[in-house]
Amino acid sequence: MGALSLSQVTKSFGATDVIKGVDLEVADGEFCVFVGPSGCGKSTLLRMIAGLEDVSAGEIAIDGARINDLAPAKREIAMVFQSYALYPHMTVRDNMGLALKQAGTPRAEIAQATDRAAAMLALDALMARRPAELSGGQRQRVAIGRAIVRRPKLFLFDEPLSNLDAALRVQTRIEIARLHRELGATMIYVTHDQVEAMTLADKIVVLRAGRVEQVGRPMDLYNDPDNTFVAGFIGSPQMNFLKGARLGLNSDTLGIRPEHLLPGGSRIQGRVSHVEKLGGETLAYVQAEDHGLLTLRMFGERDFAVDEALGLDFDPDRAFHFDAEGQRLR
Amino acid sequence: MSDARHSTARSIAAHAVLLTYTAIALFPVFVIVVNSFKNRRAIFADPLALPSGDSFDLVGYRTVLAQGDFLLYFQNSLIVTVASLFFVLLFGAMAAFALSEYRFRGNMLMGLYLALGIMIPIRLGTVAILQLMVASGLVNTLAALVLVYTAQGLPLAVFILSEFMRGVSDDLKNAGRIDGLSEYTIFFRLVLPLVRPAMATVAVFTMIPIWNDLWFPLILAPSEATKTITLGSQAFIGQFVTNWNAVLAALSLAILPVLVLYLVFSRQLIRGITAGAVK
Repeated sequence: MGALSLSQVTKSFGATDVIKGVDLEVADGEFCVFVGPSGCGKSTLLRMIAGLEDVSAGEIAIDGARINDLAPAKREIAMVFQSYALYPHMTVRDNMGLALKQAGTPRAEIAQATDRAAAMLALDALMARRPAELSGGQRQRVAIGRAIVRRPKLFLFDEPLSNLDAALRVQTRIEIARLHRELGATMIYVTHDQVEAMTLADKIVVLRAGRVEQVGRPMDLYNDPDNTFVAGFIGSPQMNFLKGARLGLNSDTLGIRPEHLLPGGSRIQGRVSHVEKLGGETLAYVQAEDHGLLTLRMFGERDFAVDEALGLDFDPDRAFHFDAEGQRLR
Repeated sequence: MSDARHSTARSIAAHAVLLTYTAIALFPVFVIVVNSFKNRRAIFADPLALPSGDSFDLVGYRTVLAQGDFLLYFQNSLIVTVASLFFVLLFGAMAAFALSEYRFRGNMLMGLYLALGIMIPIRLGTVAILQLMVASGLVNTLAALVLVYTAQGLPLAVFILSEFMRGVSDDLKNAGRIDGLSEYTIFFRLVLPLVRPAMATVAVFTMIPIWNDLWFPLILAPSEATKTITLGSQAFIGQFVTNWNAVLAALSLAILPVLVLYLVFSRQLIRGITAGAVK
């Protein structure tokens, strides 16, 4: 109960197209993440699905039924906002129950639904408080609880973790993944953070300038990117892009992940410009004569002196070839 | 507050400035209230002296209250002020919400048009307003005053409130829409409580000129039944003889209701509940 399909969905503000004909199928129960740099239209697309923005052209359907012209409240969706958007003058319980109350649900049922959601999110002790009396993490849990209470067909998350600090972000991320398993609901999640995308998604949609660049499972995008944009966006640290001509290759650009670039060798010459030791891994930044700054990622602790000359090698089988337009050559 | 920002010298200086300003601002009020409790001779002999056993006299208040209509004047002023205030806040907030929330053709122009009234004094239109009121048979009714004051207060209200409403988080309103609240419910239940401090500011700025106005009551509603307190007090100011005791007493009494209204609104100013709404 909650398959979403977009066909040729377009959004224009005046003469500028912000979303340029997006086609997408999200299966029931799938966790789908929209990811892309800021301004790529991912939030606009989410708001169109929510009904907060009009659709200029194309069709949005949930379970096969066209919802283009339905009011947000009638779409059986729930949304969690980056800013939490809790009603400041209501208690946590009232915040969570408002949608049901508005729909005319009997009071006993509302209480039951809010209690169940509170139990899932460990909010029981906070039900009588107002949002101002909660910490950021608690507020976001209440916002998620408000979404759960409605039992929607579709959960929409708009950068829900961006206002949280790093530790809380990891914790809440795990919580959202757990909720997805428990509820089995379809979730659409917008983020600019590719780590969130990789860890949460069943399916990642990479957007750029209002277009879908690639859709796929996280590891498919990582191991088989369609173009330099997706290759560069997915994976951290970023993929290294080398000039094919300088390596005597036919392809314009060669993409190599930092972990596939190996120290010692003679294919690439450069000097170490900076080293970052993270304990479990070591990152070395090497200024290569022909290719600019390259990143190496090595397991464990490794020692390099800054300014030390370093030859690099790579495994040709793990390199990606791209043409001059950035499209993958397979 | 950190120690670095909290120095005794600085706080004394700040308080000295504020106290001086308070003294200057309150001085005329002080003189009016003090002299309203003195007899006529004492008022002129030493206007700044406090009433003593000798000079204490309630003749002013007796005169004012003996003129039986004074309660009526009070009532008129209160009705006009509260009714105008209600309409200014209601319509001002509604227009401000529409201007700040919805994208429509001419939004910007409409906003400018509505704000234009801040710059053009409504008194310039007095003759036309009088003709209008005569034609519609509203002369000598409180409704005439309420209509004029509502028109007079709206531009500033729309201007200030639309600015504040732009500051209310879009996410909050959208969360309401997804939860199935109607636009009216969003306006009354979500947005209005959040702009309450701004509403209070507008209320104070709107209320005081209305309460103190002499011009429109004199022109539109000078009849005995519709006189406001400011107009009523003028009865004691004659061309040749002025009953100062009564004038001062009437003015002192006139301060009270508006002071109460101000206290009510300033509590709202302080008790903003916006904190913690959104991060």
